[in-house]
Amino acid sequence: MIRLLSLFESSNFQWVFISTILLGMAAGMVGVMSNLRQQGLMSDAISHAALPGVILAFLLTGEKQLPVLIIGAGISGLIAAFFIYGIEQSTRIKRDAAMGIILSVFFGGGIMLLSIANRSGGGQSGLDSFIFGQAASMVRSDTYVMGGLALLVMLLIFVFFKQWKVVLFDPQHANMMGINAHLFSSLYTFLLVLVIVIVIQAVGVILMAALLIIPALSARYWTHSLLILFLLSGFFGGFAGAAGTLISSSESNLPTGPFIVVTSSGIFILSLFFGAEKGLFHLKRYINKTALQSDGTSGGDEK
Amino acid sequence: MECIFITQKQFQKLCKRMVNKVTALSVKNLSSAYQKKVVLDSLTFSIEEGTLTGVVGPNGAGKSTMIKAILGLQPRMTGSIEFFNGKEKKLTNRLGYVPQRGAVDWDFPTNVLDVVTMGLYGQIGWFHYPGKKHRKLAIEALEKVNMAEYANRQISQLSGGQQQRVFLARALVQDADLYFMDEPFAGVDAKTEKTIISVLKELKSKGKTVLVVHHDLQTVPAYFDHVLLLNKQLIAYGPTEETFTKTSLKKTYGGEIHWMGSDQIAESL
Repeated sequence: MIRLLSLFESSNFQWVFISTILLGMAAGMVGVMSNLRQQGLMSDAISHAALPGVILAFLLTGEKQLPVLIIGAGISGLIAAFFIYGIEQSTRIKRDAAMGIILSVFFGGGIMLLSIANRSGGGQSGLDSFIFGQAASMVRSDTYVMGGLALLVMLLIFVFFKQWKVVLFDPQHANMMGINAHLFSSLYTFLLVLVIVIVIQAVGVILMAALLIIPALSARYWTHSLLILFLLSGFFGGFAGAAGTLISSSESNLPTGPFIVVTSSGIFILSLFFGAEKGLFHLKRYINKTALQSDGTSGGDEK
Repeated sequence: MECIFITQKQFQKLCKRMVNKVTALSVKNLSSAYQKKVVLDSLTFSIEEGTLTGVVGPNGAGKSTMIKAILGLQPRMTGSIEFFNGKEKKLTNRLGYVPQRGAVDWDFPTNVLDVVTMGLYGQIGWFHYPGKKHRKLAIEALEKVNMAEYANRQISQLSGGQQQRVFLARALVQDADLYFMDEPFAGVDAKTEKTIISVLKELKSKGKTVLVVHHDLQTVPAYFDHVLLLNKQLIAYGPTEETFTKTSLKKTYGGEIHWMGSDQIAESL
């Protein structure tokens, strides 16, 4: 415990800590949109597909500059998303299969490139940390960029909250109301890719889903309000990010991703059982309550 | 005798309206395809203001597609659409659309009042949020469909008929002039059916124009004053008593229709 607290004496760690909280929050909020669009796995596919971009950017520039690597990740993630939508629309292949193809091809390509990079760089490239994540390896200037972009993502979600709500619930109705659902759909894909690339360093490409899918799912057990869902999912994501960073930084060379997964799945299990709106224990109470109510007032409204 | 004074301009407007009725919707040569298969084949018709039209045709006839193509929710290959004799424009607040219930995920985290308020988003403006005034309008719309007591209910807890009435309220709150409804009567309970009928009557009495995709042939003459028969092509359009005939129905449904007695119709699909 004391060792954990002593981490905060380093100002670099303070910045890493704050930025992973922001990253976790942004990922948790974008995850709400992914879940409501029933595209949870899309984020997993895009994050796996970001790996070859990272390695290619490194091989081309020969430097491990996080902003450059992130641009590489973003480009290859967007290409993957484009391919998935393209395959789905122009062939008979369904989306899940399209995601499976793209995920494995891109990730396999990424691992292949990584082995090339490691051989030429004598295994010292440090690119391995992109697979399972290593928040502690971020430097201070990186945390400014990442944290700033995370804030931008959250800002875009809250400024257009009303629009997101109607686009997520009923895109056709959004169009009827003069809100271009297609435009917001593209903005969502942009936000998703942006969140994935800024979180890559901290969580790694393999376990990205832990920050994007699980916090949003957990939050759904506590509320029926979209606004609270966003806030709560952001909170869970931020908490998981913080816990993961803290534990992994306590020893050298511990990956961050697995600890984030452990924390966020812990939150999920608690929510599953005790969630105030949909949790298993609560549901039982709810059923009892409504059974009593409908006994008293048989309105005959339901068919 | 009671006198009403109106300005000359108002008088002219009134006369014009009495002499030549306004066309609410005019569709010219509308075609649409879905994955290279033609679903709608050059439809041309125009619908007068204040009419209640039933859109009838077999499954896969393109009824929903037609509505979506008219509203610009579905790409069209050819054709032009004109609303209220004007040039084609996005008439956000004058057009209302009631989609099929299955079009959305009813497990979405929101409540009934929220969904109905979404009908006002076109009027609220991009960076404003619904206020007291809008909430009042939404409650009024819910009252019209007998759903006011469910205002704070989670939408996941509604029955099919209640979901349909919520969608109806969302369109009503808009106070549009031209409504498109996609199978509002499909699989609803008796109470909902009654509510929808009374809403349709009220809309008609207010001079609104309504197009309703409808499946139950038996109720067509009772519900609608006009009927549009569709099977990829336009088979017939006109007042129900003239258009809703044995010959034109046979043309619409091919051999799939059987006649029970003299004028009773049953569908066998």
